[in-house]
Amino acid sequence: MGTRHDSTGRPLPLVNATTKPHFDAARERRFAMQRCPRDGFFFYPRSRCPRCLGDDWRWETASGRGAVHSFTVDRTGHVPALAKLAPYAIAIVELDDGPRCTARLVDCDVEQVRVGMRVEAAYEDVEGGTVVHFKPELSGA
Amino acid sequence: MAKRSAAIVGIAEWRPERVWSRPMFSLEACAELAALGLADAGIEKGEVDGLCIGGIYESPLFGPSAAAEYLGIRANFAETVDLGGATSAGMLWRAAAAIEVGACETVLVLCPSIPPPRPDGAARGKMDFPIYLGGDAWGSPQGAFEIPAGLVAATPSFAMVAQRYMARYGLREETLAKIAVDARYNAQFNPDAIFYGKPITVDDVMKSRRVADPLKLLEIVMPCFGGGALLVTTPERAARARHRPVFVAGFGEHLTHKSISYAPDLLDNPIRVAAERAFRMAGVAHADVEVVQPYDCFTITVLVTLENAGFCGKGEGERFVSEHSLRWDGDFPLNTHGGQLGAGQAGTAGGLSHITEAVRQLQGRATGRQLKKCDLAYANGTGGMMAEQVALILQGA
Repeated sequence: MGTRHDSTGRPLPLVNATTKPHFDAARERRFAMQRCPRDGFFFYPRSRCPRCLGDDWRWETASGRGAVHSFTVDRTGHVPALAKLAPYAIAIVELDDGPRCTARLVDCDVEQVRVGMRVEAAYEDVEGGTVVHFKPELSGA
Repeated sequence: MAKRSAAIVGIAEWRPERVWSRPMFSLEACAELAALGLADAGIEKGEVDGLCIGGIYESPLFGPSAAAEYLGIRANFAETVDLGGATSAGMLWRAAAAIEVGACETVLVLCPSIPPPRPDGAARGKMDFPIYLGGDAWGSPQGAFEIPAGLVAATPSFAMVAQRYMARYGLREETLAKIAVDARYNAQFNPDAIFYGKPITVDDVMKSRRVADPLKLLEIVMPCFGGGALLVTTPERAARARHRPVFVAGFGEHLTHKSISYAPDLLDNPIRVAAERAFRMAGVAHADVEVVQPYDCFTITVLVTLENAGFCGKGEGERFVSEHSLRWDGDFPLNTHGGQLGAGQAGTAGGLSHITEAVRQLQGRATGRQLKKCDLAYANGTGGMMAEQVALILQGA
C-alpha cells in the first residue's frame, strides 16, 4: 500500500482516514486544517495536537494564504514523471494561520520565485483526489 | 571534565566503490569488518560482548542477533540504530554509554554498506536508490504532502535550507563551492577517496549542472558502497591496544523533525543542541579542537553545521569559510580525508568515515595528510533532512 501514481507515473497523495478531511475540502477548493483550542492550527493532519497531544481539535477552513519561507527549483525531478515537470518550484509555505506546509508552486515563472513571495492555495483535481499546490497571490487579495 | 570511560581502539574502513565489485552478503561483510577491526586493535574476538549494527539485508528483522550468531559473539549489549547519516555516530556514543554503565566491556560497531550478491553469485554492483526514502509507506505524512509536491530524495530539502540561508544572511554561491573544492583538495591526499586524482576548482563547481537551486552537481555527494567498523572498549583494555586509545570525551544527540517542511527553524539546526551538549560534556572549548570532521552530504550542510556547532556565529559562515582554508594543511583542517564530498558517500559507512579519519589523525596514522599535532577532534553525523544530529568530541589518550 505504497504511494499511488497517476497514469504518467506522477506520485499522488496517499490519503487515509486522518488526512481525508483535508483532501475532501481541497476538492471543494477550501484549505482545511485542524485547530486545537489551546495551541491553534497545526499541519499536517494528525490524530492529536503535536503541542499538547489533545484530541479536542476541530477541522476549520483556513485562509490558504501565506508567504514562501523557502523554495528550490528542482531541475531534475529524480523520477521520470517528475522529470517531465522539471524545472518545477517546491516551496515551504509559511501559512498566515501559523503552520508551514510544502507544496509545488504553479502558475508562475520558476525563475521569478523569491523567499517572502505571497502565495495562495491552488487546487488540481487528479485521478481519485485533489492535490493542493500554491500559486502567486492575486494582487489586491 | 572530559569523559574517559570508553575508547575507540580499532578501526576498519573499506575503500569506497561506485560500483561494488565483491559479491558479499551483509553478514559476511560484518565478519570481515569485525576481523579487520579486531586485528587493528590487537584485541581478541573473545573479549567482544557488545554489537552495534545496521543494514543487515539478510535479516531485516532481528539484525543484532543475526550478527551475534554469525560472528559467534555472546553479546551483553546488542543494538541497531536508525539515524540515517548519523547512525554511526549514534552507534558510537551508545556503545560508549553502554560500556560506561557497565552493560558490557567491548563493543563492535559495524557498518556494512554494500549490495547483496545476485542470485547467481555475482556482485550486484549497484542498488536502486529508494528515491522516496520510505516516505511512501502507507500512512506516512510525506506520502500525503511532500512526495506529491515533488520533494523527494534529499537534494531539494538541503537546497531549501541553502535558499533560506541566502535570503536570511546573504551568501555567494562561490562560498559554497569553496567547501566542495577544499574537500576535493583533501581527497587528493587520500588514495582511497572516490575523487582521488580529480581536483576541482570553484569555476568547475559553478559551471556544474544545477540540480536543485542553488545546489549544483559538484556540491552533492557521490553515492557509493563500502563498509567500516569501530572497536570500542574500557580504558583498562584500551591500555593494551596496539594504537593510541581515542576517548569518547563528549557526545550529544538532538532531533526535532523528519521532513524539512516541519523543521522548527531551517537555520537553527538540531546540531546546535547536540554540539552544545557534546562540548559541555567534554569540558573543552572550540579553540581546543584541532580537526573538525562534520558530515558533508552537501556543501550547505557544512556551512550550517559550522555555525550551529559553534565554530563561528550565526550568519558568519560565509566570512569564516572565505577567510579560512579548510584544507588538511590549512589553518582550519576540516574533513582531512576529503569528507564524503571528496571520498564518497558509502551509506552508513560514509558517515563513519568522519569518525575513522578523526581516529587516524588522533593516532598519528593519517599517512600523507597527518596533522602535526592532534589530540582533540570534533566529528558529527547528520541524518535525513538535516534532522538527526549527533555530535562527538574525541580525545587522544
